[in-house]
Amino acid sequence: MISVKYTISTNTMETILEKSEIIRQLREKIMGLEGFSKSSPHPFVSFGLGPLEAAFPGNVFPTGTIHEFISQESSSAASTNGFIAGLLGLLTQRGGYCLWVSHRRSLFPHGLKYFGLAPDRLIFVDVPRKKDILWVLEQGLKCPALTAVVGELQELSFTESQRLQLAVERSKVTGFLHRCQPRQQHALACATRWKITPRQSELEEGMPGLGHPSWRVELLKVRNGRPGNWLFAWENGRFRHLPSYQIPIRPGISTGSQRYA
Amino acid sequence: MHRRYLSLWFRHLTTDRLAIRRPELRDRAFVTAAPERGRMVVKAVSAAAAPLGLFPGMALADARAVFPSLQVFSDRPDWHQKLLRGLAEWSLRYTPVACIDPPDGLVLDISGCPHLWGGERPYLKDIVGTLRAKGYRVRGAIADTVGAAWAVARYGEVSPIIGPGSQREALLPLPPEALRLDADVLQRLTKLGFRQIGQFLDMPAGALRRRFGDKLLLRIGQALGTEPEALHPVQPLEPYLERLPCMEPISTATGIAIALKHLLDKICARLSKEGKGLRTGIFRGYRLDGKVQQVAIGTSRASHNPGHLFRLFELKIPSIEPDLGIELFEIEAPLVEKVVEGQEVLWQVSGRDHVVVGELLDRIAGKIGMQSIRCYLPQEHHWPERSIKEVPFLAGQGAGDMSWPIQAPRPVQLLSPPEPIEVMVPLPDYPPLHFRHRGTIFRIVKADGPERIEQEWWLQTGPPRDYYCVEDEGGARYWLFRLGLYGQGNPQWFLHGFFA
Repeated sequence: MISVKYTISTNTMETILEKSEIIRQLREKIMGLEGFSKSSPHPFVSFGLGPLEAAFPGNVFPTGTIHEFISQESSSAASTNGFIAGLLGLLTQRGGYCLWVSHRRSLFPHGLKYFGLAPDRLIFVDVPRKKDILWVLEQGLKCPALTAVVGELQELSFTESQRLQLAVERSKVTGFLHRCQPRQQHALACATRWKITPRQSELEEGMPGLGHPSWRVELLKVRNGRPGNWLFAWENGRFRHLPSYQIPIRPGISTGSQRYA
Repeated sequence: MHRRYLSLWFRHLTTDRLAIRRPELRDRAFVTAAPERGRMVVKAVSAAAAPLGLFPGMALADARAVFPSLQVFSDRPDWHQKLLRGLAEWSLRYTPVACIDPPDGLVLDISGCPHLWGGERPYLKDIVGTLRAKGYRVRGAIADTVGAAWAVARYGEVSPIIGPGSQREALLPLPPEALRLDADVLQRLTKLGFRQIGQFLDMPAGALRRRFGDKLLLRIGQALGTEPEALHPVQPLEPYLERLPCMEPISTATGIAIALKHLLDKICARLSKEGKGLRTGIFRGYRLDGKVQQVAIGTSRASHNPGHLFRLFELKIPSIEPDLGIELFEIEAPLVEKVVEGQEVLWQVSGRDHVVVGELLDRIAGKIGMQSIRCYLPQEHHWPERSIKEVPFLAGQGAGDMSWPIQAPRPVQLLSPPEPIEVMVPLPDYPPLHFRHRGTIFRIVKADGPERIEQEWWLQTGPPRDYYCVEDEGGARYWLFRLGLYGQGNPQWFLHGFFA
């Protein structure tokens, strides 16, 4: 490689450097167009997701975009809510309000404090008609004074997700769409697709009781990134990556519904 | 210009007001009472109760002893002021300057008004007659000074109208009480045998000042017109109402939007000048066929931002039916509040953000209803269902005095109401081995608990709940509880929530 470089004249060398610079700038531009903005409104937030963050472009958890979460059962819906609450807790460390939009809400504000999210920072909108959820979501995502907007909904078309993504690109609000038992998992204009499933907690040998909440975090899709699987636990107010990865054995009731596999 | 004053005296102001509101009380003996120094004191007696020997200031217990079947109403501290203010605003139809004279009178500056009614006598007759027809027992008198009119309205026996310059003659036969004096000065006057004003009116000022103080001289001077007396006229509140007549009838949505913008700009300019903001607004359109179309909005915090209010109204413009066209638009703000301008906080959520979020919530509330927006604060209750309270969104307010407790584990999702489950329990007070919920069996591998939550006996009674956090083979976590104790009846098990 080096010997090749020596043969090139300084003039061509400069053009190569120029070209690579142009390509880098173009790449950045494309990333911006795809919804990953470099100028994030929360530049100092560290999510502590460790190796998971390497899966994102630029090794940074993308804020100011829309994340899609999918859950098939009530147990994994609870895990997903917990995971989102953990992310929201980190996002609202410096203040700000979040909107939680749902049709039939079962979220219990007391349980959120454990994930570092002050429940009085949340504004719940319980939409009586399902078709109004998207309207409320879009209004919320357009409001730059909010930190994040969470929407619990079942179905969403590609066009509708594009509309939400466009709203977010201007306002830099982070959106989380939690889709419980969606009928189909088609492509959406969201930056990522997550799936959070619970996993048996780890306890020290011979200790009674329950361990820390622990999840299998699957990043099924990430634009310009590398999808993958990780294990995470919530300990002492932050995420902890569990390095020893093993396919969790899910006997009995849970195996039947792992449709994605 | 020669000044003339009219003093009105409402002898039974509050009781008359009660009788007007409830006609069955008319000509019945009743009193109003309020607590004073640990006992109930009669504050006002009705016209029919006065001959029975009841008087304001007596203990209610004494009044009941005199008249056992006495009806008693509670008296509010600022009631007199409010009633008088209302009456003063009403009397603005007779004169532009009306003042309240607590506790039971009004003073009107009627200079230059009576000739419109054909003289002072028909003028006074009109006012007093109208008030009497309403049900107030009222007396009025006209004189050159406030003091003389006051005295004659209450103590005069000859004529209610004192001619110009003749207040001195009118005062002579009246008792000293007619001079609006303090109780101790009155007591001293009575002790010295002064029963009529005429007995001491001509005494040297120095002698009167030495014995009775400056106040007596001031009052005499005010009654005779040698001392000035300041009046504080009531300022009626102008309603927040703007109108826009149109040259041509408007029948398009764009036209309505333009009219709305004009009206909002006008009303917001006035509101922001007064430091106030709109909480509810009504926009009306008067149609050619005489029908009125109206839309109403509400805001969560007072706002005088025309852009924001326009967005709220804009959602409702499609519900206006212009039909043949609207010829007059009107906007009204029935509820206005003071706008609290928040101070900008550097590097933190700024006060501006609260306003923007508040405006967003107003828009959402305008579309799907205020009751769908909920915020929560912790409440000091152990019972999980009662541990949160719903509050309206108040920006900038933290959790208040209470912080969210994190000692005991609480689920992320709560089932409401708890769902019954069937369990297999090895021993009393042990967590279950497995449970069946909606036909599915969950095997439990890890468990924590119990956390006993007793009933809050001051609110409701019943068996306590023993809560267990359990984890099944898949790692899903549940919050179960047993209602009741083994050995005491038949305890039931419930699934109450899901942990993350």
